[in-house]
Amino acid sequence: MSWNRKHLLDIESLSAEEITTILDTARSFKAVGQRAIKKVPALRGKTVVNLFVEPSTRTRISFELAAQRLSADVINFSTEASSLKKGETLKDTALNLQALNADFIIIRHSASGAPHFLSRVLDAHVINAGDGAHEHPTQALLDTFTIREKKGRIAGLNVTILGDILYSRVARSDIWALLKLGANVTLCGPSTLVPKTFELMGCRVTHDVDEAIRDADIINLLRIQHERQRKTMFPGIGEYTQMFGLNKERLARTRSDALIMHPGPINRGVEIDSEIADCGRSVILEQVTNGLAVRMAVLFLVNGGNVPPEAASYI
Amino acid sequence: MSEPTVILDAPAIRRALVRIAHEIAERNVHSPEVVLLGIPVGGDHLAARLAQTLASIWNHPVPVGILDVTLHRDDLHQRMAPTVHPTDIPFDVDGKVVVLVDDVLFSGRTTRAAMDALNDLGRPKKIQLAVLVDRGHRELPVKADFVGKNVPTSLDEKIMLLLTEAGAARDEVLLLKNSRPSPRT
Repeated sequence: MSWNRKHLLDIESLSAEEITTILDTARSFKAVGQRAIKKVPALRGKTVVNLFVEPSTRTRISFELAAQRLSADVINFSTEASSLKKGETLKDTALNLQALNADFIIIRHSASGAPHFLSRVLDAHVINAGDGAHEHPTQALLDTFTIREKKGRIAGLNVTILGDILYSRVARSDIWALLKLGANVTLCGPSTLVPKTFELMGCRVTHDVDEAIRDADIINLLRIQHERQRKTMFPGIGEYTQMFGLNKERLARTRSDALIMHPGPINRGVEIDSEIADCGRSVILEQVTNGLAVRMAVLFLVNGGNVPPEAASYI
Repeated sequence: MSEPTVILDAPAIRRALVRIAHEIAERNVHSPEVVLLGIPVGGDHLAARLAQTLASIWNHPVPVGILDVTLHRDDLHQRMAPTVHPTDIPFDVDGKVVVLVDDVLFSGRTTRAAMDALNDLGRPKKIQLAVLVDRGHRELPVKADFVGKNVPTSLDEKIMLLLTEAGAARDEVLLLKNSRPSPRT
């Protein structure tokens, strides 16, 4: 048990022990979600602001529900209806939210580093819900939580991340978390989207999909991020599907116990065949369930003060 | 920190638990209603031991579960986030006589949190409290129904329960003197 951070900004700066603390805590919160009364009073009286300066449904809903299950009050703030449209800077928006005594700011932003910036100008707890192509820490935490729950461990597993790595904040956070926890990470996809430079992080990079998934314990598929590609990185969606999409034939050549993961939203018929998304080896919906538990754990942990537990214990 | 004093050794802990089990049996004539809920860390192991003794007194198994109170504590914003243990109650508490089992009774705040947590899980017929050590210094109107040993302490002392289930070499309850008084909530 070790956690004394005020914010969750990225996975890169976390230790394996800190990641494990979050995963262990999330396990208890998952059990809370299975009770008749799913609400606990841990964050009663606290205010959580979802500051989503970039569209998101599942992450925002997941954070919103996580905060509500901890008895916090939640405000959703989205770009469409905000004064950011009227020319207010991110800093001013955030300071205004803080002036309303927000205790937690959960930020999704198209600019890498936006959460780090806010953590320097605000007193509130800042949680990164995805910044540009940089990191999406809670996604990596729910992915590693799901893997650990399903496989019983992470160290020594072969994890293949397939798809758009270059523009993916999920990939970066996943890579950091998996490597810190001792997994062997293989990246695969079109060479334009999976540059060899990722080898510097400690991953294996290949552009041969069959070779990449053959010995994988986990196949993590990523969506092609049309919105982040400034110019065409591969000839077309049809060709991507043909060369890298996960279909029945490809799946037949993988290990029979290999699990299929996807952070969502899935594009059926593009990176994944429809029937594979729904098959017994797919844990895509369990990832969503686990995401809620992980986000409750993160909110709970960053809320803690700086007094060590032994000094404050009241047995 | 000075040398710890042993206030209960293994045989004394065993005798105290046997006596508590008999007191629980004496108080609750209708035994099938009784369930035990241990509060981690410590109380869960004691609850399991009490359940075993009660089963031999009553000649039927006694349901035992784990009730984590962390999320119901009143000091969460004042301290580092404490470890959240899983709550594991494989039975319905509605209409049951729930005996909460804790290792040390101190401020009474854990007991309050436990009753709050229990409230979310059902409506017991009665709630009773069994503790191995009552060290005094109550901050809330809480009183134990079953006490292993009353130990008058000062605020700068700490009570530590060692159990073989938790990896200790032998069962022991120790009294330690802190170099500085522990801050109160």
